[in-house]
Amino acid sequence: MNNAVPKISLKGLRKSFGDKVVLDDVNLDVMTGESMVIIGGSGSGKSVTLKCILGLLTPNSGSIKIDGTEMVGIAQSERKEILSKFGMLFQGAALFDSLPVWENVAFGLLAQRLHSRDEAKEIAIEKLRRVGLSPDVAKLSPAELSGGMQKRVGLARAIATNPEIIFFDEPTTGLDPIMSDVINELIVECVKDVGATALTITHDMSSVRKIADNVAMIYHGNMIWTGPKDEIDHSGSDYIDQFINGKAEGPIKMEILKG
Amino acid sequence: MNFLAVIGRVVISFLRAAGRIGLFAVNAFTHMLTPPYYPRELLKQMMNIGYYSLPVVGLTTLFTGAALAVNIYEGSARFNAESTLPTIVVIGMVRELGPTLCGLIVAGRVSASMAAELGTMRVTEQIDALTTLSTDPFKYLIAPRILATIIMMPLMLVIVADTIGVMGGYLLATSKLGFNSGNYMKSTIDFLEAIDVIASLTKACVFGFFISLMGCYHGFNTRGGAQGVGIATTNAVVSACIMILVSNYVVTEMFFSS
Repeated sequence: MNNAVPKISLKGLRKSFGDKVVLDDVNLDVMTGESMVIIGGSGSGKSVTLKCILGLLTPNSGSIKIDGTEMVGIAQSERKEILSKFGMLFQGAALFDSLPVWENVAFGLLAQRLHSRDEAKEIAIEKLRRVGLSPDVAKLSPAELSGGMQKRVGLARAIATNPEIIFFDEPTTGLDPIMSDVINELIVECVKDVGATALTITHDMSSVRKIADNVAMIYHGNMIWTGPKDEIDHSGSDYIDQFINGKAEGPIKMEILKG
Repeated sequence: MNFLAVIGRVVISFLRAAGRIGLFAVNAFTHMLTPPYYPRELLKQMMNIGYYSLPVVGLTTLFTGAALAVNIYEGSARFNAESTLPTIVVIGMVRELGPTLCGLIVAGRVSASMAAELGTMRVTEQIDALTTLSTDPFKYLIAPRILATIIMMPLMLVIVADTIGVMGGYLLATSKLGFNSGNYMKSTIDFLEAIDVIASLTKACVFGFFISLMGCYHGFNTRGGAQGVGIATTNAVVSACIMILVSNYVVTEMFFSS
């Protein structure tokens, strides 16, 4: 009955910026070892959900539990301890320009002060190898890498501390279809290797089909559908059908400003 | 009525900004005093802020010292008081021009660089990435920058600025204005008091604090993309320069008001 407590649990999550309500009563459970993908159009609240879980934004109301521990209003020291369970791949990789690649990958290891710099460098090189990059890359600056390589380094950094939970924020945005597939494959392999629970936000359906165990769709700040990946094509939801088939016509109205 | 509302809005937004900057400063000091510490980051910032600012600070104060000597010589000649030149140059440089010029130059160089670097880190999610890697951005980014500037301004930059400024006056006076080298140095040393140096170094500390605070505050709170970084950089330099000039008057009053 270990799985009875969700790894990540969101209940009644609400977040607004001024008058604009971005999250309105978001509910979601992600079980241990599960790969959950949140889909939704631009501005639907995907990134805000992720930032609320990470504590980068404070929700107006609602509950966020990690392993049953409430994160909203938690003390800074306890939050830091729980954050050490997380790894994250950012949309633009978010590598630190001022550090060489290996220090980027080893940053979390050094921050937790569990390893010497030499040990951390060795682990970083091993993780780079895991994502298909040669040890030569370790001493380069992030600015010297292509977009695909930066994503790989970002992935190596996300898995470097063997986190229990990994977040992927639009992991294939800005990559060509082949590199997108390579990154998707790596994500699946790395999550399996580390044995982590994964939460991905994306609007790339090829990523969804490759990465997800379960899928949740967010629209106007509400989770309008949650279910297994295999059921997504037969969800019975017009919203899901429109989104996965990329149709302009349907219940989802894109907000387009007219001049 | 509308006019009063506009004034009210300006005052409220000014007070709000002052409050935010005050809280930011308190937060930065709290993080400076509590572990974990990042000595590697501190040394890197000390090198960048102190050592790499030396050429521009030295050059500026050298020529300012020389120009000051010419002006004082020409002015004092009107009432036959040319012999006061060394004294006025040293007091002028140490009490006022050394720290203020150095502060304004470092504000242009360091405050802008901090705001641009932190602003870019903000808009490319690098600051968020730090948080997800169990690292407090205040401890890792802000505290070392503020501490390094407060240390390097008095201990390296202003001492060098004062010394080179006085040397600029000395070189011009002895090579062009016919002053005797030994007498010039004797007058300089005899009339320089400890309080002048203490005031100079105090100003350096205060200026260093405002330079780094403004650079960090505006950079850390950058919004938007490239335009946001540009706005943050401009605001950092302008507000740092204003704070330097205002605090310069306050510190001068504290030390020398009769």
